[in-house]
Amino acid sequence: MPDATYDVIIVGAGVVGAHIARQLSRYRLRTLLLDKAADVGDGTTKANTAIVHAGYDARPGSKKALFNVAGNAMFDQVCAELDVEFDRCGTYVVATSETDLATLQDLASRGRANGVTGLELISGEEMRRREPGLTEAATGALYAPTGGIVDPFALCFAAAENAVSNGVELALNTTVSRLLLEGNRVVGVDTNRGMFRSRWTIIAAGLHADDLMRTAGLEGLVIRPRKGEYFVLDRAARSQLRNVLFPCPTPVSKGIMVTPTIHGNILLGPTANDVDDKEDLGTTAAGLNETLTGALKLIPGLDPRLMIRSFTGLRATGSTGDFEISTPAERPGLLVLAGIESPGLTASPAIALHVVDMLREAGLTLQERPEYVPTRKGIPRFSLMTTAEQEALIAQDARYGRVVCRCETVTEGEVVAACHSPIPARTYDALKRRTRIGTGRCQGGFDLPLVLEIMAREYNVSPLEITQKGGASALVFRRTKEVGL
Amino acid sequence: MKSISCDVLVVGSGPAGLAAALEARQTGAQEVLLLERNDELGGILQQCIHTGFGLREFGQDLSGPEYAWRWIDQVHDAGLQVLSETMVLSVDATRRVVATSKALGMIEILPRALVLAMGCRERPRGALAIPGTRPAGVYTAGTAQRLVNIDGYMPGNRFVILGSGDIGMIMARRLTLEGAEVAAVCEILPYLSGLRRNLVQCIRDYDIPLHLCTTVTEVRGQDRVTSVVVSGVDADRRPLPGTEREIPCDTLLLSVGLVPENELTRMAGASMDAVTGGPRVNEGYATDIPGIFAAGNVVHVYDLVDDVSQAARIAGRSAARYACSTQAPTGPTVRLVAGENVRAVVPQLVHPAALEQESIALHMRVRTPIEAPVNLDLRLGERTLLSRRFRYVRPAEMLTLTLPQRLAGELAGATELSVHVRT
Ligand SMILES: Cc1cc2nc3c(=O)[nH]c(=O)nc-3n(C[C@H](O)[C@H](O)[C@H](O)COP(=O)(O)OP(=O)(O)OC[C@H]3O[C@@H](n4cnc5c(N)ncnc54)[C@H](O)[C@@H]3O)c2cc1C
Ligand SMILES: Cc1cc2nc3c(=O)[nH]c(=O)nc-3n(C[C@H](O)[C@H](O)[C@H](O)COP(=O)(O)OP(=O)(O)OC[C@H]3O[C@@H](n4cnc5c(N)ncnc54)[C@H](O)[C@@H]3O)c2cc1C
Repeated sequence: MPDATYDVIIVGAGVVGAHIARQLSRYRLRTLLLDKAADVGDGTTKANTAIVHAGYDARPGSKKALFNVAGNAMFDQVCAELDVEFDRCGTYVVATSETDLATLQDLASRGRANGVTGLELISGEEMRRREPGLTEAATGALYAPTGGIVDPFALCFAAAENAVSNGVELALNTTVSRLLLEGNRVVGVDTNRGMFRSRWTIIAAGLHADDLMRTAGLEGLVIRPRKGEYFVLDRAARSQLRNVLFPCPTPVSKGIMVTPTIHGNILLGPTANDVDDKEDLGTTAAGLNETLTGALKLIPGLDPRLMIRSFTGLRATGSTGDFEISTPAERPGLLVLAGIESPGLTASPAIALHVVDMLREAGLTLQERPEYVPTRKGIPRFSLMTTAEQEALIAQDARYGRVVCRCETVTEGEVVAACHSPIPARTYDALKRRTRIGTGRCQGGFDLPLVLEIMAREYNVSPLEITQKGGASALVFRRTKEVGL
Repeated sequence: MKSISCDVLVVGSGPAGLAAALEARQTGAQEVLLLERNDELGGILQQCIHTGFGLREFGQDLSGPEYAWRWIDQVHDAGLQVLSETMVLSVDATRRVVATSKALGMIEILPRALVLAMGCRERPRGALAIPGTRPAGVYTAGTAQRLVNIDGYMPGNRFVILGSGDIGMIMARRLTLEGAEVAAVCEILPYLSGLRRNLVQCIRDYDIPLHLCTTVTEVRGQDRVTSVVVSGVDADRRPLPGTEREIPCDTLLLSVGLVPENELTRMAGASMDAVTGGPRVNEGYATDIPGIFAAGNVVHVYDLVDDVSQAARIAGRSAARYACSTQAPTGPTVRLVAGENVRAVVPQLVHPAALEQESIALHMRVRTPIEAPVNLDLRLGERTLLSRRFRYVRPAEMLTLTLPQRLAGELAGATELSVHVRT
């Protein structure tokens, strides 16, 4: 196909698409990463439990098992290269009955079959020693020392930024309506911003993988959204929990867990309820109630008054039950990733390597770029610095001396840096994910007016043009009545 | 890091900080330093452009900024040192304060006495766990107030306001005057949570629908709010199935309560009162950490600024005395306990010895309103020491009971006093 503009187009800039883009940026390729949202990582990647799973859940031999364990092993290096916060703190599955104890045994042997190292069964007593607030009902636990927690937003935008710095083109606010076909061959995508032609098209569109496949006549695979609702507790609750705790899993889900987040909050959830609408990100009174009840079963003393936010994530549950990663023979030029539900976040770096191998095998010429830089530096994080570092930063740029988010101690300097990073934070939500602004206990009440002013100044637009998440999500509508002088 | 020492350091320049700083100087502290994170002094008053401030302090009906400026002018005239755009990041029990300042970088301040006057903040949506989507267009009333009155932007065109707090009611009127429509003000309780005068002047005068025993049970809309669902509630504040009603709107404003801003107070290790959300203080507004005092909304949320200024003077005076002589009232203390229909009492502790020197004002709120004459009784065991009659009591309106000096003798040897409100 001689007139292709791009070697590769990746549809979907979630954590999977972003890591694929990064891996492809090592090579002499023209790559386009596109997403319908106003920022990268705005799909399932922004609403999950953020656990780097050890890998004992999935059936041995499945792709989920394979990529989970392989992905997990890559986290220290990937997060160091990309300057992403990650803590290999270990995770626990807690048993509260005799049947649960049998489940723990199953999980442990499955884990060993999957190649998970260090798994250890411990007594209920020992578990309560490690977690003083744990339910009295605990009868034992499975400890997985390789499990951890990560900043899921950063895992995505850092990889995407690194890809962009290495030459990948990024098109946001770009919705793919269908795949372009020439004969049987997929030759690109049609979008709200015109057509883009490519040698290879990769579907990494999360919940919408099946919808896009259907536009190329590929039926069969169906993705059903399964809702998971969460609560976030204030950092003041952090002392009530020490560890990442799962209950024993059920056939449909890993259950309602309680976990610290990498930023020091506590996360409760998720529920697991099938829904029809792939855009249904609403929380429900019933779901939130279920979340709270489930969490209190593990840690009865959690204080629900410290709740600062609730949210919903949608699992992209595929009809095959496993990750679908394939190059359908009947549609050359197409690579599909579908059903990338949990442990997709953990698996994403390993999936990306595998995709590169698949493309190579399928005949894409991959020539290394010597100028490829694997590392990426995040914007400075004032609140995490020592006083001496803070002083030095303010001396360099006084804007780091002005705090604009009081709960998370985010400075004007950080906001400005996020506006000028390789993938500029164009929306309030994008800024929030880059800087943590507005994520504390006041939820943006204090910073919003200041942020509007700073973003408008940095982008040289009116505050009327700043949105929360693109589209019609304007934050303010008009000027107040002017008083003529 | 630049290190500064001073007699009295005041954190926050709202009405509480301003009054405390001035009073500290007038009590004899030489070096008084006032820190403010905003570029302007005055705290929340600067965005309260409505009137209703200062009737007691100045005998005049002033706007918030006018009230603030009366104090700011005095602070400048008295030659107090002021650092704005300076945010305090930490405080410890030795009163070592670390702040970041656009002009000075990181600074350390070592005051002889410290007054915490950081004000309060608003409770956001997450704290209520309102189900639904998460579109743009959900703001706290105070954030909207700031956007409209300071920045000059309208955060929406058609509003539903949840909560009948004062800021919400005042914003209902303000937004109406700006040409927006306020479709409803919903209050989960069977009575108002703000002042009666605001109901009349801000809601009724503008024909804004007020629904009591009603709450928002769902937020709808993808990008921006498109509607909210409101429901009636039962006596336990649980939504009643079947009463749901959808109200189209583009903005939901929350006026569901203020929370004292006490991160710094907790860092210093002061004991807190779980009910007020502020530190436990004595009659001089001293916390239990030596040399650390608290004033204004950090102690408990006030409804009238005049009361803030009055209490903050006491804090400033005690801080100055501590700074100049490291003297604090000594001897045993008596605990004040909230009894029947009383939510909390401030101060939480009094020294009988201090009462010998001057009378002590106790502030409290009732739990539930009583629209009939009631007695507010101060009791020592079963004995009523003091009683004051009120025509009615409402949670929105703070009650004050002044302990006269003559009771000092009665308090000697006591450990606990209780206050009760009953018909
Ligand atoms: C409740 C829940 C909990 C989870 N917990 C964990 C966990 O703890 N650990 C873990 O490892 N994994 C977890 N996961 C799984 C993990 O979150 C996902 O596997 C991962 O985020 C999937 O990433 P993705 O890039 O495939 O999809 P997404 O992040 O959804 O990205 C797809 C992107 O494609 C874009 N897109 C879709 N259609 C189009 C179109 N037509 N045109 C343009 N762009 C389009 C979307 O905007 C989106 O940005 C969880 C998932 C859920 C739902
Ligand atoms: C949005 C809102 C609207 C209100 N409207 C009214 C009204 O109309 N009428 C009325 O009578 N009362 C109103 N109130 C109540 C009002 O808070 C009090 O009447 C009074 O302003 C409280 O005074 P204060 O000094 O305690 O707090 P504030 O006025 O809030 O002042 C606190 C100051 O401390 C500063 N500060 C906080 N933390 C730091 C830090 N770490 N470092 C440096 N500086 C810091 C803040 O920037 C602020 O300037 C309102 C309150 C709020 C929150």
